[in-house]
Amino acid sequence: MAGSSRTSRLSLRAVALGYLGALLIAPVGMIFYKTFEDGLAPPLEAITSPEGLHALQLTLLMVAVAVPLNTVFGVGCALLLVRHRWWGNRLVDAIINLPFAVSPVVVGLALFLLYGTDGWFGPLLAENGLKVLFSTPGMILASIFVSLPFVVRETVPVLQEIGTEQEQAASTLGANAWQTFWRVTLPAIRWGVGYGVVLTTARVLGEFGAVSVVSGEISGQTETLPLFVSQQFEQFNLAGAYGASILLALLALSTLLVMNLLKRKEGA
Amino acid sequence: MAISVEGAHKRFGDFQALDNVSINVPDGSLTALLGPSGSGKSTLLRAIAGLETLDAGEVKINGEDATAKPAQKRGVGFVFQHYAAFKHMTVFGNVGFGLRIRKWSKPQIEERVHELLRLVQLDGLADRYPSQLSGGQRQRMALARALAVEPQVLLLDEPFGALDAKVRKDLRAWLRRLHDEMHVTTIFVTHDQEEAMDVAEQLVVMNQGRVEQSGSADDLYDHPANEFVMSFVGEVNRLGEHFVRPHDMEVVLDSDERTEEAMVQRIVALGFEIRVELLLGDGTQVWAQLTRTELQKLELREGQIVYLKPGQTKSFSGSAKVVAAA
Repeated sequence: MAGSSRTSRLSLRAVALGYLGALLIAPVGMIFYKTFEDGLAPPLEAITSPEGLHALQLTLLMVAVAVPLNTVFGVGCALLLVRHRWWGNRLVDAIINLPFAVSPVVVGLALFLLYGTDGWFGPLLAENGLKVLFSTPGMILASIFVSLPFVVRETVPVLQEIGTEQEQAASTLGANAWQTFWRVTLPAIRWGVGYGVVLTTARVLGEFGAVSVVSGEISGQTETLPLFVSQQFEQFNLAGAYGASILLALLALSTLLVMNLLKRKEGA
Repeated sequence: MAISVEGAHKRFGDFQALDNVSINVPDGSLTALLGPSGSGKSTLLRAIAGLETLDAGEVKINGEDATAKPAQKRGVGFVFQHYAAFKHMTVFGNVGFGLRIRKWSKPQIEERVHELLRLVQLDGLADRYPSQLSGGQRQRMALARALAVEPQVLLLDEPFGALDAKVRKDLRAWLRRLHDEMHVTTIFVTHDQEEAMDVAEQLVVMNQGRVEQSGSADDLYDHPANEFVMSFVGEVNRLGEHFVRPHDMEVVLDSDERTEEAMVQRIVALGFEIRVELLLGDGTQVWAQLTRTELQKLELREGQIVYLKPGQTKSFSGSAKVVAAA
């Protein structure tokens, strides 16, 4: 019996590692290999080109706007869903999942319909000098849309798990709703929110479809890093495409790393 | 009266948790709300704390109408069955929480927290997190946290319910001593009549959202208002419409006009106390509580025919009719 369970354990490991190896590690490893095949210079040159730097800057701007907004909204929304039972709960819950259900390209097209020259809001905004499509505001809207559910989804189960007793204890000790939230609720759900932030950041960094539709992909103007990668690839500048890809991967990994470091520091 | 509740009603959907409940708790007393689960005792406690809003009725704390006040302004200390410890704060942080909310200075907080930790015998554990404490220590921390803000009243919701028997007994005695030192008006909820009688001066027995009776432990035991109270505060046998405590059941070997024939079914020795289970002629099963000495004198054995002489009996609703018929 012991022998057969050992065999099954080993084969389970082999399957898991093989799956990860073939489908995740090999492609990513290939990118690293190809990027530095001819040394550091070609990828660096591509990234530090004006278009490359602009793409990096724009991507970071997307993150800087979309992530805080979706974090604040996500925590508020999770509180609404878990702590206040009302008739609209199921509706809100379903709507929040929409970005998971809808393809990003469809999101892009929907924004087009709303903000285009023939759209509902487009003409009105254009009169007031605000250009949404083919510029930064539209791309930010697209990023917010596709990355909206993560903080809510990560926070809701943690909120449910901690229950309401700590919050009630805080209120009997004299804390008002705001103090209870900052001193008791938020610290108790912080890692749930943290994972939500990491996932949101990764999604905004990597978003291609929706942003690509609304941006018009104007090089040096409305090009984020993923769009830059695709453009470099199409122009057969493989070193540039690989370099930018690596940069993108490192940005996403570093957010995860920062959170794990914070968590470990606290655990110690 | 430190706390008075007048005509409290509370409904959760179809469930009537409180049905016209009124109680008075004297200043500086220790009162137990006693009842089975679902009797409304916790709901009443939470309504006093402001953690539950009443459908109707009013709550007064030290003469002041608190019905519409939120929990944070009622000046009550509340202790939860499952501690409700702030898990991300140390023991020091937990106990000092209410003081930080009240913007005490650091040295003041430091002094007060250590004073309280000494009181609850947790000094030296100030830097621990709740997860590093035992259940009993966590509950003492929660008590110190509630006492830190010098509440007008202290409310404890089944405070020892999650602890094992030994720790529960220790904490019970300790709570009693603490109350004698501090004199904070205290209400605690329990479903354990022994615990209530051991700790509290005044007991309020609740059932199905209503107060059945309130009074001292002796009052309730000797003069129960109804069948429910009689059976809840102690063991009871039912003989037709009459109720009698097992220790008031005298077992004799000779019959007379006041005795009833019974057969000894089983004799259970529980240390000094002996439980004799008896079967009456009409099929009713009762039991008598004897001492070891009494048992030895009677030389009872299982299957023997004996005679029961009920001492003090009680009858409640409809009793007049039954007595008349007899």
